[in-house]
Amino acid sequence: MMRYFLLFWLLLCVTVVAIAGFRGSTSRKPPIEIFPDMDRQPKLRPQTTFDFFPDNRSSRAQVPGTIAYTKGTKLGEQEVYPFQDHPFNTGRQAGSTNYVETLPVAVTEQLMARGQERYAITCLPCHGASGDGKGITTKFGMTIVANLHDQRIVRQTDGELFDIITHGKGLMGSYGDKIDVNDRWAIVSYVRALQLARLGAPEDVPADLRAKLPGLSAAPAQK
Amino acid sequence: MSDIFPKWTNRLPLKIAIGALVVAGTLTAGITYYLTPAYGRVGYQPIQPVPFSHEIHAGQLGIDCRYCHDAVEKSWFSNIPSATTCLNCHNQVLKDDSRLELIRDSAKTGKPVPWVQIHKVPDYVYFNHAVHVNRGVSCVECHGKVNHMDEVRQEKSFTMSFCLDCHRDPAQHIRHPKDVYNLDLEISPEEQKKMGTKFVHDWNVQSLQNCSACHR
Repeated sequence: MMRYFLLFWLLLCVTVVAIAGFRGSTSRKPPIEIFPDMDRQPKLRPQTTFDFFPDNRSSRAQVPGTIAYTKGTKLGEQEVYPFQDHPFNTGRQAGSTNYVETLPVAVTEQLMARGQERYAITCLPCHGASGDGKGITTKFGMTIVANLHDQRIVRQTDGELFDIITHGKGLMGSYGDKIDVNDRWAIVSYVRALQLARLGAPEDVPADLRAKLPGLSAAPAQK
Repeated sequence: MSDIFPKWTNRLPLKIAIGALVVAGTLTAGITYYLTPAYGRVGYQPIQPVPFSHEIHAGQLGIDCRYCHDAVEKSWFSNIPSATTCLNCHNQVLKDDSRLELIRDSAKTGKPVPWVQIHKVPDYVYFNHAVHVNRGVSCVECHGKVNHMDEVRQEKSFTMSFCLDCHRDPAQHIRHPKDVYNLDLEISPEEQKKMGTKFVHDWNVQSLQNCSACHR
């Protein structure tokens, strides 16, 4: 009697383990939540379905022609808001369609470092670490990727580079919604640094640092 | 008396006791093992509408997490990218591939791609992505090595004790902010301790364990 019971119990355990499997085994079905525990509440979470709106989205897209209310950015004394017609927002001289020649933000080491980081995230996959347009995606079928050292691009103004990042150009998509305004300027400054690194001459290096350049210590500073 | 209780009943109490012990023991073991998120949630790997491979994009191509999940540093919520993000490359790469049909449709019409959310915490838990990644908690701590997952599956249990393990001793889990998105980085325990202790001190990382740190 006892023996039969234990045998039955053992078989039951084996059956349960056989059906339920072990921890960490892959499951295609969502986890079962036995006790609701207010785990799922009728509130809206981002990027979920919500039938109230015609497009069934809980996250609302920005209304066309509007600008989100945000804090301004301090540029020296001035505070620039996103709705303002200011070179910082548009890359163009206020009241005109001409691009600004140089960055409207102060170029600091901090900005440059930020630009390097943001460049590595967003631009590097196609334009490559050095900006030569030979990023890894070009091995997988990206056909036309601009070489940032092209004279055409070196000659473009900072404002135009900013505008290309914001709105895209040719086959390149727009990155205005992915990269903050200040970060776009940071990237422009870093791209300029990349270009200088390739096209610069020893004379561009300050005299007191020139001696430290590898292979140039013996060369006279002339030309 | 022997007519009422036959001899085998002498051992009956012992047998019942052993039986009850075996039953109670296996039931406890079974419940502890199975009725917990470590069994229920870990391993969840739903079939996604588009067979996107993190292994190819984040692993082989080395694209930064933030190329697509661009709001993770700014928002409590780490966003699913818009379909136009995919098309930044896939307007040329695999341009006419049928697997990307939904993406192209979505970019054209604005109809969302029905991605299936895998990692969920209860709605009364207010986890903030930005706060964690900006203070050196790597993606890998909660999501595992997503860059080696062809299809994403849940690796960690996301129980309350899972969160608290880290909150009780943040020094064991935080790293330099520049390494937060480097999921393959291996840190030796000694180095982790040294680095973690320094960051906890320098950034004034608090060991938040009060209820309202996470629950509101």
